[in-house]
Amino acid sequence: MPPKRLSGWGRTAWTVSDVISAREPDAIKNALIDVGPRGAIARGLGRSYGAAAQNAGGTVIEISSDADHEGADITFSPESGIIDVASSVSLDAILRFSVPRGWFVPVTPGTRFVTVGGAIASDVHGKNHHVDGSFGQHVRAMTVLLSSGEVVEMSPDLHPEWFWATVGGMGLTGIVLRAQIALLPIETSQVLVETERLGNFDAVIAAMSADGDDDRYRYSVCWVDLLATGASMGRGVLTRGNHAQLSDVSSDDPLKYDPRLRVSAPGWVPNGLLNKLSIRAFNEVWYRKAPAQRHVGCESIPAFFHPLDGVTNWNRLYGNQGFIQYQFIVPLHRTDVLRRVIETFSDAGVASFLAVLKRMGPQNLSPMSFPTQGWTLTLDIAAGLKGLPELLSRVDAMVLDAGGRHYLAKDSHVAPSAVRRGYPRLDEWLSVREAMDPAGMWKSDLSRRLGLFQGV
Amino acid sequence: MKNGVGVHQNIVLFGGTSDIGVAILREILQPGVARVVLVSRDIARSEVVTEQMSQAFPEVDFFHIRWDAADASSMQQVVSEVVNVVSDIDVAIIAQGLLNEGRDYFADPAGLVEMANVNFTGTMSLMYGLGAHMRSQGYGKIVLLSSVAGERVRRANPAYGATKAGIDGFALALDHELSDTGVSILIVRPGFVDTKMTAGMKKAPLSTDAQSVARATMRALSGKTKVIWVPGALRWLFLVLKNLPLVIWRRLPF
Repeated sequence: MPPKRLSGWGRTAWTVSDVISAREPDAIKNALIDVGPRGAIARGLGRSYGAAAQNAGGTVIEISSDADHEGADITFSPESGIIDVASSVSLDAILRFSVPRGWFVPVTPGTRFVTVGGAIASDVHGKNHHVDGSFGQHVRAMTVLLSSGEVVEMSPDLHPEWFWATVGGMGLTGIVLRAQIALLPIETSQVLVETERLGNFDAVIAAMSADGDDDRYRYSVCWVDLLATGASMGRGVLTRGNHAQLSDVSSDDPLKYDPRLRVSAPGWVPNGLLNKLSIRAFNEVWYRKAPAQRHVGCESIPAFFHPLDGVTNWNRLYGNQGFIQYQFIVPLHRTDVLRRVIETFSDAGVASFLAVLKRMGPQNLSPMSFPTQGWTLTLDIAAGLKGLPELLSRVDAMVLDAGGRHYLAKDSHVAPSAVRRGYPRLDEWLSVREAMDPAGMWKSDLSRRLGLFQGV
Repeated sequence: MKNGVGVHQNIVLFGGTSDIGVAILREILQPGVARVVLVSRDIARSEVVTEQMSQAFPEVDFFHIRWDAADASSMQQVVSEVVNVVSDIDVAIIAQGLLNEGRDYFADPAGLVEMANVNFTGTMSLMYGLGAHMRSQGYGKIVLLSSVAGERVRRANPAYGATKAGIDGFALALDHELSDTGVSILIVRPGFVDTKMTAGMKKAPLSTDAQSVARATMRALSGKTKVIWVPGALRWLFLVLKNLPLVIWRRLPF
């Protein structure tokens, strides 16, 4: 077990762990034998932004099979539309398997390079949350390895408490070994996308509200220009779409799926490449390039769902200090807070390359799942920005005072009290967690920082 | 645990009443810090230090631990007392030091033993104790307040200069020994710092104050830098001084 430096996708807060690569259930189980007092955590493709999949001084069990999507461990039943996959399989591998057969993943985050295990542990959501909910709602059953070495089958009907504590449980209840996931039938591999430019915050909110026509679109998200001030504060580009039907496309291979990686970010990038000036220029171009009037067109799955996956290692663009992703949610009626947060970032000159706003649907049964009915805003910020801890703590307070919360899969800075206030069912989850892991084996840098365990 | 925006949750200051140490603590305190431990000889005084701080940062828990910095054999015990309070130590600032300016060691050769224990022997032992704990936690930062006095030892205070030269060289090599463990050491080499330790002494050129040292330390804390000089120009001055032939060095007026 060579010690290895690890960080999340944001490349901040590096720590050293003993890393064991294991894919087969037996190998994963064996890896638990040598776990010391600093505990263990599973790691998939390392796409959570902060410290969720690293464990300073302890063990990290790396469970991914990204390299060989050809031989991915997937069994599919076309009658039920349910796949049975190893937790190490990525959404990328599933899409390569399923799209040509006419099926789509029920939920995809902004990257397809996440494992099924990671998608369950973070209970990831996508552009369809307002209609379809998050990933956990589409998991029909899973097998989970507990710290005792026992392997337990669970589903919404079988050990439901354990099932829902594992969904969104950040890997702290056990290691998911396999899962059954219900796929979505599609006729084509294209998405019929409507794009429109919205001149300010109020226009964005009006267009995305539930009493508008937003629910007619399975997918909906709005890119927001955080640097716009004054009358155009909060302006954005709204893209919404549905899977195209056969009648929408003219192709002899309507289910063709070709997710090639186009370019790779250079190995070294000067710090400050993404600064206020370069991002302001990008934002202006991005906004102007969007059609002023509502425009309809077809886009491929990678272009619509995973635009950043086209650039390998895009996370290096922030230089060696890395970046954080800040994602929070506030209740639907608190658009005032949303506006104040955007103004606060805008006033502080926080340049965000990617700021996206989305209206989320109702929460599922998981006590630690992030999405709940409300508005979620996500932005990237260079980690080295001066005064960032103070700024974020001010915004954290606005979010929490409004009854909002932060997304743990993205988090790299909140205080333990932010989880306590944001997740009112925390104690309930902690006691289920303790029942599933009485030895307290599952630990991560995230769980240490946030005190996500009972006792020490 | 440290977080992604350069904030450390648990901070320990050894030499809890040192002017420079306290100034560094003030810089490090920001939203996200959870626990601060001050280790000093005089708890009554270190409590005065944290009184103001706890008004500005009510969410931070402050702890005070008593030690004798000259008791070099007690360091492992001190580290475990700290660990009992905070479990993981994110940043340890080592600021204890004795100058003994003007002491005549010809008349009292034994008089330098205490200083050597505080500045050198005890500090080495402390750094091994901290290193062992931080290695097991997979990360950690030790900030050592060294001095330019160790760069080239002067006749004005040979014993003090020798302890600083010793601990500085030790820390550089210990950092090397700890590479790939996640633990690293930041060596801070200030010039003449205007503090209670140097009160009444004649200021040297390029002198500085505790706050400047603290700011420079804070800037380097999250990076990979191993050594900083305060003010930065001292790096180049001492590059020259260090390499002066002895005959010239001995003619210099300080």
